[in-house]
Amino acid sequence: MSTTSAAAGEVGQAAGGNGGKVPLSDRARSERRLGWWLAGPAFVVMLLVTAYPILQAFYESLFRFRLTDPDAREFTWLNNYWVVLTDSVWWRAVGVTVLITVITVAVEAVLGFALALVMHRALTTLRPILRTAILVPYAIITVVSAFAWFYAFDINSGFVNSWFGWLPGISENTNWFGEFSTSVFVIIASEIWKTTPFISLLLLAGLAQVPEDLQEAAKVDGATWWQRLYKVTIPNMKAAIMVALLFRTLDAFRIFDNVFIMTQGANNTEVVSFLAYRQTISRLEIGLGSAVSVLLFLCVVLISFLFIKLFKVDLASARGER
Amino acid sequence: MRKGTVRVAAAAVLLAGLAACGSDDSTPTLTWYINPDNGGQVELARRCTEAADGAYRIQTSLLPREASAQREQLARRLAANDSSIDIISLDPPFIPELAEAGFLAEIPDDVAEAVTENVVQGAIDGATWRDELVAVPFWANTQLLWYRRSVAEAAGLDPENEPVTWQQIIEAAQSQDKYLGVQGIRAEALTVWINALVTSAGGEIIDNPEAPADQVQLGLDTDAGRAAAQIIEDIARNGLGGPGLANEDENASMLLFQGDRGSFMVNWPFVWAATLAGVEAGNLDQSLVDDIGWALYPAVAEGEESRPPYGGISLGIGAFSEHTDLAIEAAQCIVQPDNQAYYMVTNGNPASNTEAYDDPEVQETFPMADLIRESLEAAAPRPQTPYYNEVSTGLQNTWHPPSSVTPDSSPEEATTLITEVLKGERLL
Repeated sequence: MSTTSAAAGEVGQAAGGNGGKVPLSDRARSERRLGWWLAGPAFVVMLLVTAYPILQAFYESLFRFRLTDPDAREFTWLNNYWVVLTDSVWWRAVGVTVLITVITVAVEAVLGFALALVMHRALTTLRPILRTAILVPYAIITVVSAFAWFYAFDINSGFVNSWFGWLPGISENTNWFGEFSTSVFVIIASEIWKTTPFISLLLLAGLAQVPEDLQEAAKVDGATWWQRLYKVTIPNMKAAIMVALLFRTLDAFRIFDNVFIMTQGANNTEVVSFLAYRQTISRLEIGLGSAVSVLLFLCVVLISFLFIKLFKVDLASARGER
Repeated sequence: MRKGTVRVAAAAVLLAGLAACGSDDSTPTLTWYINPDNGGQVELARRCTEAADGAYRIQTSLLPREASAQREQLARRLAANDSSIDIISLDPPFIPELAEAGFLAEIPDDVAEAVTENVVQGAIDGATWRDELVAVPFWANTQLLWYRRSVAEAAGLDPENEPVTWQQIIEAAQSQDKYLGVQGIRAEALTVWINALVTSAGGEIIDNPEAPADQVQLGLDTDAGRAAAQIIEDIARNGLGGPGLANEDENASMLLFQGDRGSFMVNWPFVWAATLAGVEAGNLDQSLVDDIGWALYPAVAEGEESRPPYGGISLGIGAFSEHTDLAIEAAQCIVQPDNQAYYMVTNGNPASNTEAYDDPEVQETFPMADLIRESLEAAAPRPQTPYYNEVSTGLQNTWHPPSSVTPDSSPEEATTLITEVLKGERLL
């Protein structure tokens, strides 16, 4: 097991090697071929279940097409994209989605890391119980958790107002789903509660990769707990942290259930997925809805690209392959 | 040679299997897509299956709880020519959309005549598209003004004998420091309220509901639209809808009305059965029931008649059904007056056929039965357009939260948004 910096160095070398067209050895070539044979079937299935619907959505997005009026279907080039991108509703939804994504991922990263440390350091006897307890929210179906949070905060049926009435700003008449800030607060809180376990699980895997001898060497050198965390632990699990952030960001950007259950988009809490749902499923405007979906897909691609290129996330090293 | 034998054998087995399936029971099975209720439609399916005496059998299939989700499922299935849909319990605002798309089978003239006999006008209007009856009226809903006798008396109002206006109940709630039960949630309930206000003020949300999408003219930016916005503004700005107005649905209104600060409420008749059930369960006091009165929906201007909301369920016949004739026959059986009376008494959903109201059991269970019938005759359906979803959602997006509604801007904003959405220039 090498450290991350060494791994990055190796990757750099490998990349440089390919770029310089150094002839591959027979063994490397046959390993590569075997790799394709092994991964090929999965790759084909992936293409079938992801590439095909994406292409179909792109094709549909070029039409003005309403499901209840198929005869009026009309090819309109990129007009649907123009309608979406010039509409303030779209940009507001993107803004709300980014806000929710940034806050949830930031809070979850800190909380998730703390929970991962707790799980990592817990006594062997406590560990299984602790891990199970931390994972419970993640095991709950999102719609169910959304309903639970909705009913907890709802002004008619909720207990939050009566339990926390002593806090400033909360009274029995606080209507959490009556305005933007409070609605988004509940949506974000529910999202964090639900998915922090996921991020902490990924980080726990990263923690397990940090070599114990490095920690001990630092200890011998007199490093404090904080110094060891910043200088040894975190740099050594950077790849795991980045992969966890990437997965959660992609996930958070596609948020739908919480908004759908709690506000139905009221008080300007519409997010991008909800817009796609409304155009495609409610309005049955397949063309316009497909355009929103394709744009959502492009946003997700952009996020992945930024993470991989800018932050140099290396998925392979996070799995401990290098 | 051997391969051929295997094939023949396999085909024989398959055919035998199919034959076995078919010969077991040759009675055609009709599938009735029902909205969730208290089991009444399942019982009606059983009764009509029995009455058909082997001509057909009706099985039910449950649709989602929300009317909008029911429409979504039905539209997608029907767009895919689903032949399993024989009879559909349809919410009236969605009838034009399905009819215009050719998803509903035609109803023969003689049947249309028979199923509209003694039926309240609101229900006939709601089941009609382009002057043709396209669905069979089943049950019909309308909102009444429910009030606490003690509060009305203290405020000097007698809604039972003298029709009241919105202004009067707003002032009464204000003077008595009480809440009004109205539906301010961003959902269909809000559209129901806005439509009732606009039509009661003598207007229409859409002037030409049968027009193609890009030619639809809205009637909101008018005196009627502004009068409607004024009422919502008065209630929201003065906090008369209670702290939860922005997410108040019919059920929340009922809870508010049953509480200490309840005064007047516009709501469907289910609240009566629900309140009685609350008393029976010991959650509510009998004195509350004794204090509840009912009257016609409030008017917008004094001396003018109100147009109460219209809802309910009509039965559509799936255009792709393999047994259209039988489905029409079954629908006629389902809507028999005695079946409607049974449904009203057991499930609390008012009949569309006036004959059902003469049933002694109906009269006993619903002391306000005659008022419901009267309200149904005056009721105004929501805009009957194939683009109802856009109109309704556009209204909800611009008239919510209720505290943001003003007569100067809201009608205009809604008109602009809905017109542009229908022209395909805006997202919703």
